[in-house]
Amino acid sequence: MSILESLQIAVDGLVANKLRAILTMLGIIIGVAAVIVMLGIGRGAQASIEAQIQSNGTNLLYVRPGSTQSSGVRQAQGSAATLTYADAQALAEPGAAPAVKAVAPEYNAFGQVVYQGTNSNSRVTGVTPEYLDVRILKLASGDFIDAAAVNAKSTVAVLGANVAKTLFGDADPIGQSIRINNVAFRVIGVLASKGGTGFGSLDDQVMAPITTAQARLSGSGQFRGSNNVSTINVQIVDAAQNDAAIQQVTAILEERHHTTGDNNDFSVLSQQDILETAATTTGVFTLFLGAIAGISLLVGGIGIMNIMLVSVTERTREIGLRKAVGARRGDILMQFLVEATVLSVLGGLIGVGIAFGVAHLIGGMSVGSISLNPTIGLDSVLLASLFSIGVGLFFGAYPANRAAGLNPIEALRYE
Amino acid sequence: MLNRVIDIEHATKVYQMGDVEVRALSGVTCHVEQGEFVAITGPSGSGKSTLMNIIGCLDQPTDGAYRLDGVEVGDLNDDELAAIRNEKIGFVFQSFNLLPRVPAWKQVALPLVYAGASDRRERAVAVLEEVGLGERLDHKPAELSGGQQQRVAIARALVTQPSLLLADEPTGNLDSKAGAEVMGIFKRLNRQQGLTVVLVTHDPAVAAQADRTIRIFDGMAYDAADIIPQDSAPGESEAPVMVQVTVAQNGRRS
Repeated sequence: MSILESLQIAVDGLVANKLRAILTMLGIIIGVAAVIVMLGIGRGAQASIEAQIQSNGTNLLYVRPGSTQSSGVRQAQGSAATLTYADAQALAEPGAAPAVKAVAPEYNAFGQVVYQGTNSNSRVTGVTPEYLDVRILKLASGDFIDAAAVNAKSTVAVLGANVAKTLFGDADPIGQSIRINNVAFRVIGVLASKGGTGFGSLDDQVMAPITTAQARLSGSGQFRGSNNVSTINVQIVDAAQNDAAIQQVTAILEERHHTTGDNNDFSVLSQQDILETAATTTGVFTLFLGAIAGISLLVGGIGIMNIMLVSVTERTREIGLRKAVGARRGDILMQFLVEATVLSVLGGLIGVGIAFGVAHLIGGMSVGSISLNPTIGLDSVLLASLFSIGVGLFFGAYPANRAAGLNPIEALRYE
Repeated sequence: MLNRVIDIEHATKVYQMGDVEVRALSGVTCHVEQGEFVAITGPSGSGKSTLMNIIGCLDQPTDGAYRLDGVEVGDLNDDELAAIRNEKIGFVFQSFNLLPRVPAWKQVALPLVYAGASDRRERAVAVLEEVGLGERLDHKPAELSGGQQQRVAIARALVTQPSLLLADEPTGNLDSKAGAEVMGIFKRLNRQQGLTVVLVTHDPAVAAQADRTIRIFDGMAYDAADIIPQDSAPGESEAPVMVQVTVAQNGRRS
């Protein structure tokens, strides 16, 4: 008897028991759909997070001060004030680091920003004119801080989109006077919203000339005769030069700080490192979602085994009769295996269809700033389909074997 | 000598039930020639069913020989037995054993599936017409009367053109009219087509319609049509009123 023959018998058997067939398939349908959608959501989130990180510029290095040691205990990274404005200038020196395109030091302070009766606690970042390009920012209105303002320690400020909205509502902030830590600043520009949430969102910060921030806002210390900076943002020529840029920056700073390797009092972090870290995290997250969905597929498989066992018991007489009229052991085995496989494959196909439907439905939704944009890969469809066939074969094998091993005399007598 | 369809010599069947050995058949010898219409009767527990299972190649004797249509059945494996059943035996059961929700012609074509035949529908339709169900090809069992269901089952038994039609209480679940109809079909097949029919029944009225009756009693076969006085019949005291005879041990002519 051919496979095609078995398929015909199996399909006849399933059509004869439609409701039971559908209920059995349901487990597989849900399992397969869940696996595909979960993997899709994971991938979508990964892509969304990566896009967000990349919106800060991929060709970016962050140089941060190292940690201090206090009574032998190493403090947090960035706690030392070892990075200076002079370091930034050294990095920007033409020819010093060929892989470096632009350098933008920043100095962070917190301050209370007040406009008339409204106030907001914001991060105030002292920046240089390069900051705009290096961090890929756009102005919504007005101008950014220019070199003259930096040199003159002008009390001018550029507001992040959220800060502008909080303080001014719909009014135009340009030219208005605000107070930061009781120092009057004139608003000269507002940044376009960049999105992104959480601590460090550029929409929530106020930018002032770095010199002004150092001198007027929190009184930065000095190190080797130059004012401290919090971070030096380094834009590199292109992503391929990432490693070269890290090396060049490290070499220049090591020379300036008279340190080497392990005892460096600064660290260089590239945007690509952050991207990789995020990719690892979301990869684990995707795997986790997929594994949970996989369990539901397994449960679906057990459902198939359950129903197939019931089916074998219920059809004992049928099996006896088939054997009496000449079915061999292999024929019965094949019939039930094919039946289980047809159930799981059909369930798998429907599950794939449903997965696409669900992915389409939740495509527009978002969790926080991360939009759910499930991307269904061919590989996850293949994986789920193959897995469902495997589940059918595996969980169909025991009931099929039991059916094939029935003694025809007892089977025919079964009530 | 005619072609012998069933040739059983000294067949015994012993079941092991835990520690107890149950002797279902203790040396049965019986023969059925081609074209005969034979009834096998006997009280329950007599070994009648065991004999029928052996004749039907659903079971094999523990000891002794069974040749079905010239093929020695004793040393076949399960798959070979399945092939023999498919090719040489048509079964008719008391409870019809039709597949639920399957149209009549497919029921009849079932043995052909396992025979690997290709012209299934034509052959199934032809046999259904022969048993008078040409108009009911696509009816499912639930849409057929008991008598019609049994006729579908008979058609299924005939479709492979077997050497032997083996019926187990075929009228047991039918009213007398449908029962008579079914018996009529058996007789017609036997008389007109020379089909060998073996009928297992405990109903004397049904058995009486056969040409010959083999009685099974305490695991032994007695031929009711060929009575030879016998002194040492086993289970004498419980034997039925009529004079019991064993079938001659050294084989017999019929």
